[in-house]
Amino acid sequence: MTPETLIEVKDLNFSYDTRAILKGIHMTMPRGKVIAIMGGSGSGKTTLLRLISGAIQPTSGYVKFAGQIVHELDRDALFKLRRKMGMLFQFGALFTDLSVFDNVAFQIREHTNLPESMIRDLVLMKLHAVGLRGAHHLMPAELSGGMARRVALARSIALDPTLIMYDEPFTGLDPISLSVIGNLIRRLTDALGMTSIVVTHDVQESLKIVDYVYFIADGVIAAQGTPSEVRDSVAPFVHQFVHGEEDGPVPFHYPAQAYQKDLNLEDTFA
Amino acid sequence: MLKHIVPGIQNVGHRVIESIWRLGRASRFFILVLLKSGTSLRRFNLVIRELYFTGVLSLIIIVVSGLFVGMVLGLQGYETLQKYGSESAVGTLVALSLVRELGPVVAALLFASRAGSAITAEIGLMKATEQLAAMGMMAVDPIARVVAPRFWAGVISMPFLAAMFSVMGVFGGYLVTVVFIGVDEGSYWSQMQSAVDFRFDILNGFIKSCFFGVAVTAIAVFEGYDAPPTAEGVSGATTRTVVTSSLAILGLDFILTAFMFRGVS
Repeated sequence: MTPETLIEVKDLNFSYDTRAILKGIHMTMPRGKVIAIMGGSGSGKTTLLRLISGAIQPTSGYVKFAGQIVHELDRDALFKLRRKMGMLFQFGALFTDLSVFDNVAFQIREHTNLPESMIRDLVLMKLHAVGLRGAHHLMPAELSGGMARRVALARSIALDPTLIMYDEPFTGLDPISLSVIGNLIRRLTDALGMTSIVVTHDVQESLKIVDYVYFIADGVIAAQGTPSEVRDSVAPFVHQFVHGEEDGPVPFHYPAQAYQKDLNLEDTFA
Repeated sequence: MLKHIVPGIQNVGHRVIESIWRLGRASRFFILVLLKSGTSLRRFNLVIRELYFTGVLSLIIIVVSGLFVGMVLGLQGYETLQKYGSESAVGTLVALSLVRELGPVVAALLFASRAGSAITAEIGLMKATEQLAAMGMMAVDPIARVVAPRFWAGVISMPFLAAMFSVMGVFGGYLVTVVFIGVDEGSYWSQMQSAVDFRFDILNGFIKSCFFGVAVTAIAVFEGYDAPPTAEGVSGATTRTVVTSSLAILGLDFILTAFMFRGVS
């Protein structure tokens, strides 16, 4: 593990009861890059994020973050580690009882003893970075989906983390908000020297901004590469996914018994 | 025959095991809340904010209900007592019923449906919208930051609300019997004063309301925290809070009464 590597995932397995979700995942994530994890719904992408953040324990294998094996840490060490991580949840997960300002200030107030005047400056700077300084007095209910996501982004960078994880940041956004969020992810990663992991199935938007892509299918890494490699890939799964084809290695039909048998037409056509 | 009985027995067994698991989870959760209460005590403004939502906003329903319960007690008490010519004892009847039983019990039942359900729904929705998970990701423990302040606010408000209920009830009894019916004012108050004992009546009522406060809020926060993160999950949890805590209040009331007033006339 070189100093440039922030996260190392080695032979990671995870199962719910007896159902295997992730089977032997290997990944290396260098510092300062935007890495996309793509895959269909239910392919284990979010589970992977939860394993990296230590919210759940792997069945075997490990995730190493900045030299520490995440699942071996006790609660205090894990919480200390999480101060270096930010996470953007799918719909923002803003605290609905706090204003935009207080949402962004939340972490600073919980973890530091900074004076209120300095917190104010810090919060306004973070909000300015996402273009919402003017909205600091609004309540989360008054925000549009894209604005809420931007506030959540400002909140997750409040303490300048080393890593930010984005769980489906593009879901349910209009085209303008979509590219605003995409560009923000890229810009903030570069400007703050962070590392970003974007879990998404929005192929077109994410290929524009990421440095490296992992495809997960059925719990294993089906393919990986830089955006241009992925676009030109002839591997059937990647081709189907990137071009959004209806049928391919991922079938259109859910496994079922023969159509004719289901419709009781066997005798007619026998 | 056996084909029908076995699944039935399995079903009963499954439910019993499930409820014992739940009871275990609830006990563990309760201990966790107590252990993680340090933050709430150090940063008491977190509790004060919740005191407003659970305590102050419950005042209206408590005050109005207390007044009406006292008025009904006064009316019914007068009807019965005047048959024996002892209508001057109506003040004693109103005060003792309220301070010993109705104050703590009815206030707790109202508190469970007004504040308990709100606590469950709020925590359940925070869980469903990933706010609790987001807090955990920010290295802030949701039990210490969200659950414990609500728990302590409920525990602190309950005795005050019960006292408020009793005070309003005594005043309601006074309105009906003294002001409207015309029972002698002096005997209403003086009989009450000589009959109500601080140690046996007021203190015991206070202890009861403390127990109810702990029970209702503990159930409410647990149901919210344990709710499945869906719309049905939260609505089911809210209903369970009201049902379970009402039953807990009535059951606890019997047990506490049996211990407190055994052999006391």
